[in-house]
Amino acid sequence: MKSEDILRGLRDRDPRGIARAISLVEENDPLADEILSSLDDALVAEAMILGITGPPGAGKSTLTDRVIAKYRLKGKRVGVIAVDPSSPISGGALLGDRVRMMGHALDKDVVVRSMATRGRLGGLCAAAGAAMRILASSGCSVIIIETVGVGQSEMDIIRIADITALVLAPGLGDDIQAMKAGLLEVADILIVNKADCPGAEALAMDMESIAREGGSKEKDRAKVCMTVASEGKGIDELLAAIETVDASHRESGERRTRREKAYDLEVLEWALEMIKPSIIEKINTWNHDRKGAPRLQAAKLLGRECVRISE
Amino acid sequence: MPEQKKTHRVLIGKPGLDGHDRGAKFLARALRDAGFEVVYTGIRRTPEEIAAAAVQEDVSAVGLSLLSGAHMSLFPAVVQALKNAGAGDIPVLGGGIIPDEDIDLLKEAGISEVYTPGTPVEKIIAAFRSACEKQEARRT
Repeated sequence: MKSEDILRGLRDRDPRGIARAISLVEENDPLADEILSSLDDALVAEAMILGITGPPGAGKSTLTDRVIAKYRLKGKRVGVIAVDPSSPISGGALLGDRVRMMGHALDKDVVVRSMATRGRLGGLCAAAGAAMRILASSGCSVIIIETVGVGQSEMDIIRIADITALVLAPGLGDDIQAMKAGLLEVADILIVNKADCPGAEALAMDMESIAREGGSKEKDRAKVCMTVASEGKGIDELLAAIETVDASHRESGERRTRREKAYDLEVLEWALEMIKPSIIEKINTWNHDRKGAPRLQAAKLLGRECVRISE
Repeated sequence: MPEQKKTHRVLIGKPGLDGHDRGAKFLARALRDAGFEVVYTGIRRTPEEIAAAAVQEDVSAVGLSLLSGAHMSLFPAVVQALKNAGAGDIPVLGGGIIPDEDIDLLKEAGISEVYTPGTPVEKIIAAFRSACEKQEARRT
């Protein structure tokens, strides 16, 4: 495919064009800048970005599949970015989230893209933001980003998503796990999936108590939903919760604030990414003695003014 | 930092009603361990579903596994479905319990490589790598 074909494909919502565009951006192809500057900013601004995160095996993919189905009934075009980990040893990845979503494979208005973390640690891949923009620009008004199975502190998703839902399931840990700092404090919606399993009620009560700590006002608190994704139970209530949070974020300006913060952070990340090669070059060619704390060496490498800026 | 080599993306799928996925999963893992990003689409998919997924995932090659004997209809059906989806250029490799006399017929029908039980996995990985490299050179 030539560059004009890809840009035209993107405009015409051609599945191949969209898919090629995401790959080229992910690979930092020379064409990436042209693709990114051709996107429709208005569509990107208007799309709702829903983050779905949670530990491995909690049911993120199955839940995503059900949420897609509901938004399709509402006539929305849905984009999905499903992230799975890359092997730290081989660099390869097994991208298996799609297995649970194959029911939508022939629906032209469900665009699913599996992506590998490629060495990034925060639960997403570096190109997730760009992929999200490409999908939004191709007319997806709802974009679901499913993170890798996370532990407690993979926070990338809360930066990029307008609304973050944390999926938990009974039997994955005791209430001390739930008391720890991290994702639980920042999720907008806490989903207790596999709600038909023993321990679900207790987990939901723990989640309710965590939500109550979030604020005295009802609207500031995380919503708690119980679902059985494999049977499609509780999905209507989940969608209602998503809509409530979205409406409240739009009204209070929270949505805009988050977008602005996310934007600036992404600029920062790209800027750091862009200066990284020159620093690596310096380290490789610099004849340093490898003594003392690496932090002090870094300061020496960068020179004083850089240190003052960073502190 | 060394120049990063391009990561090959491939899809491993099982068309039709055959649910025996040990081979497909074994190969998916082997490809992962050889540095490929492998989109696995699970069992019991239609050729059209596999083609649509291959397009959306922008893979450079598709690998099909079939042990039921329906390869003569299902493998070419995936090739055709890819053509219908405007992605006839994506190479399709096949494997499974396939009688020798069918191999040439499958190749005539557009399956670029066919592997039967006992093939060393390194050979299959090398075939995927070469198919991906050719496809990526053609594409850009």
